[in-house]
Amino acid sequence: MQARLIQRAKELLESGEVERVLGWTAGEFFYDLTPAVFTTVEVLEKDFRYNVFAGANLSKYLIAESRKPGKIAAFLKPCDSYSFLQLVKEHRINRENVYVVGVGCEGKCDMEKIRAAGIKGVLDVKQNGDTLVLDTLYGEKTMAVADALAERCAVCKSKKFAIYDELIGEDGEDSDDSRFAEVRRLEAMTPEERFAFWRGELSRCIRCNACRNVCPACSCEKCVFDNPASGVENKAAASSFEENMFHIIRAFHVAGRCTDCGECSRVCPQHIPLHLLNRKLISDMNELYGAYQAGADMESRPPMVDFRQNDPEPSIVHERGNR
Amino acid sequence: MQRIGVFVCWCGSNIAATVDVEKVAQVLAKEPGVVFSTDYQYMCSEAGQNLIIDAIKEHGLTGVVICSCSPRMHEATFRKTVQKAGLNPYMLEIANIREQCSWIHKDKEQATEKAVILGRAAIAKVHLNAPLTAGQSPVTKRALVIGGGIAGIQTALDIADAGFAVDIVEKKPTIGGKMTQIDKTFPTLDCAACILTPKMVDAAQNENIDIFAYAEVEKVQGFVGNFTVTIRKKARYVNPDLCTGCGLCTEKCPQKKAPNEFNLGLDNRRAIYIPFAQAVPKIATIDADYCTMLKTGKCGVCSKVCTAGAIDYKQQDELVTREYGAIVVATGFEPINVEPYGEFAYKQSPDVVTSLEFERLMNAAGPTGGTLLRPSDKTHPHTLVFVQCVGSRCDGDTRGKSYCSKICCMYTAKHAMLCREKYPDTEVYVFYIDVRTPGKNFDEFYRRAVEEYGVHYIKGMVGKVVPENGKLKVQASDLLENRQLHIDADMVVLAAAIEPDKSARPLATMLTASMDTNDFFTEAHPKLRPVESPTAGIFLSGACQGPKDIPETVAQASAAAAKVIGLLAKDHMTCNPCVARPDELMCNGCSACEKVCPYGAIHYEDKEFRGPNRTMLLRRVAQVNPAVCQGCGACTVACPSGAMDLLGFSNQQIMAEVDAICK
Repeated sequence: MQARLIQRAKELLESGEVERVLGWTAGEFFYDLTPAVFTTVEVLEKDFRYNVFAGANLSKYLIAESRKPGKIAAFLKPCDSYSFLQLVKEHRINRENVYVVGVGCEGKCDMEKIRAAGIKGVLDVKQNGDTLVLDTLYGEKTMAVADALAERCAVCKSKKFAIYDELIGEDGEDSDDSRFAEVRRLEAMTPEERFAFWRGELSRCIRCNACRNVCPACSCEKCVFDNPASGVENKAAASSFEENMFHIIRAFHVAGRCTDCGECSRVCPQHIPLHLLNRKLISDMNELYGAYQAGADMESRPPMVDFRQNDPEPSIVHERGNR
Repeated sequence: MQRIGVFVCWCGSNIAATVDVEKVAQVLAKEPGVVFSTDYQYMCSEAGQNLIIDAIKEHGLTGVVICSCSPRMHEATFRKTVQKAGLNPYMLEIANIREQCSWIHKDKEQATEKAVILGRAAIAKVHLNAPLTAGQSPVTKRALVIGGGIAGIQTALDIADAGFAVDIVEKKPTIGGKMTQIDKTFPTLDCAACILTPKMVDAAQNENIDIFAYAEVEKVQGFVGNFTVTIRKKARYVNPDLCTGCGLCTEKCPQKKAPNEFNLGLDNRRAIYIPFAQAVPKIATIDADYCTMLKTGKCGVCSKVCTAGAIDYKQQDELVTREYGAIVVATGFEPINVEPYGEFAYKQSPDVVTSLEFERLMNAAGPTGGTLLRPSDKTHPHTLVFVQCVGSRCDGDTRGKSYCSKICCMYTAKHAMLCREKYPDTEVYVFYIDVRTPGKNFDEFYRRAVEEYGVHYIKGMVGKVVPENGKLKVQASDLLENRQLHIDADMVVLAAAIEPDKSARPLATMLTASMDTNDFFTEAHPKLRPVESPTAGIFLSGACQGPKDIPETVAQASAAAAKVIGLLAKDHMTCNPCVARPDELMCNGCSACEKVCPYGAIHYEDKEFRGPNRTMLLRRVAQVNPAVCQGCGACTVACPSGAMDLLGFSNQQIMAEVDAICK
């Protein structure tokens, strides 16, 4: 797949159809492929990487890139395409300046899953069909790709693209609602258990802001947490309550615009399952206002900024909360 | 730093009895920026207002906090006061220490503490207030009346008489409403049709009135003075310009099985019909649920007999959009469904009828031609039992309403009296909880029923009605005599409670007008503004606001008209200066605000901004039209970046208030 992407990127650059290509390059480690913009064929051929670790969602970079002069080609996986379309819908990305190359995706791997399987000292990974071949300090090991998939990919919301100009690989199907299984588990807890769960998770937050920085929905010109006039700027965590609230407020802030891309959890250095907060809100919105997928189209209105006469009354929402 | 004056009102004993006003003034005097603080018996009185004006001048105040009643009550008053003293009217804040404090607390110490906190919050806000200037918006000189009953007709006639254009939207094929179904009216017993139909004709002939009958309001946009309303004209399948109302089609139509709603289903009508002879507009309507042609494509009799060629089976609903300055709600009432009252056997026996059905059975234009006959066997009834308060005044009974429906005592007295007058051989019993007759000549009317017409009024309720051998066995209790009664009745008439028309709630949502728990529209003030909705530009006429008889309805209808005329007489409205304003530097250009704005006050522009390193950036940013913005604040909460703020209610001001309360 990497060779096919490089080949196509090369053609696009050489033909002058685009001036830049947005893709991935090697990061600090082999398993943290990093977004990169390529302007020359030479660098592209040398540095472009694509493998089971190309999880990074490139859409958010297009806010800045699409406003620069000249067209840019971007490689988007199905789930990235939802973030992309949502940003186009919000007038954040200049669609005319982007050539979207859809890249069919069978799910990306999470190094933590590999480590959790007891495989240590991994130096490099190769994919051989459904099997990962791991080159480790202790010799070659193998494991099924399915077992190494990131949680968000294991319960992938959709392998169907929201948008693309051309496609490399296959367009897939919408998936079932299995992604809400973890939300259901949390809902089944008593309020005390749930509170304890989230306190346990959120108390590890170091307020590095990685979740916010990577989130395609968190793309305000000026974030309230960077704005001295907001009154909440750079608040030092005076209490653990504030860390907890930061994430809960952020989840509400992106409600209706969050496409459930799961980047927040991927980048969290403390491995907090932040995406579950968003997923809970998505599940609630689906239940109260009918199924809605942010970024699936250009026309629909997010339920949180829409009003219909048959919307449930606040009392119904309230009763449901007391259930 | 602002120089703030604090004025604590006693409101007589309304506040002072529960709040230590002197102490509130003393404590608030120590707040930062407060240079003057006092209390007074009635701040809204002339002397109170002069006290404020003098203090502003003497102490050079730049901001004023008045601790008093709700701003809904006197904010406008005090804005004028501070303006007289040379201050910008928006440098005033009201701390509501009456409705939100003294009236709801009993403990003086706690209430005083809360009053201080509310005062502190207002002071914190005034520190961030800035002078605001109101703009103006034009007024569309046309009114919309929703509902074409006696209320709507009267309101429309009065507005039209003042020289303003007015449209009536009526969902039924004819205007006239419930009054068209009534036989005689209390307490004078004049014929309802004789006093109503001339008004219907007046409305139809008035050149200032447009009637949209068989139409419904589909969508309402805009605000006081500038509403845009979409009206759905439902397909009648008859061209209204060609139909002469001759009625030939309604005689020839072979489909005779459609229940006649005008007679409450007591008889049938044809699939093409004119509700009654005096209908306005007198145009035939095809009932699509029963028309054979529309259902199967085979028939076409009406089309063949119509010499005017008015039948149009292909007619579609039509949407009309019009501009209005004011909207009057006159959606009226409906009797409740009495079927859940199984004890009265309404479903089992056709001889148990509601009062409105009885009205039709007595009416010369009704199914029996005005001769009272039992619906079951068309025989003359000899014993009639009237049951009052069916569904009214039912506390804790989910089948009924907690309120008194107000009109039932009087119409039941009327029915009983008419019955005895026309048919002296009848025995008439009325079972009541109380007989309520407040109204001019009302008690005299009821007394006549008892004393002159010999109606048997019995205090007590009917427990059970059992149809047996062509009779209705009525079991009841006489509370005054303390005995059980068994009456073999021929007919039982239920005085069903009335409730607002079902169309009222969705309409209220469209109009953003508030309703009470019974779905009656709420008035802006129960005593002082009874015909206005709290939503500016929306007025209330008739029973949509609460149960009313005809004289009250007509009085309120004219009152609503007077309010509308007062509004339409103005060329311009002073706008609310507390409007939204975007911080262009923070605006993402995402259109979230534009989509939630109910007034269409927001649009987007591409603007150049200075970027880093001497570059220029073209960015899409929100722009607010202050003449259109109503300051509802929907955009400020929808804005993801917090770029949108409300003048006079900025996020910072609100946070300052919250901080002051939480201190």
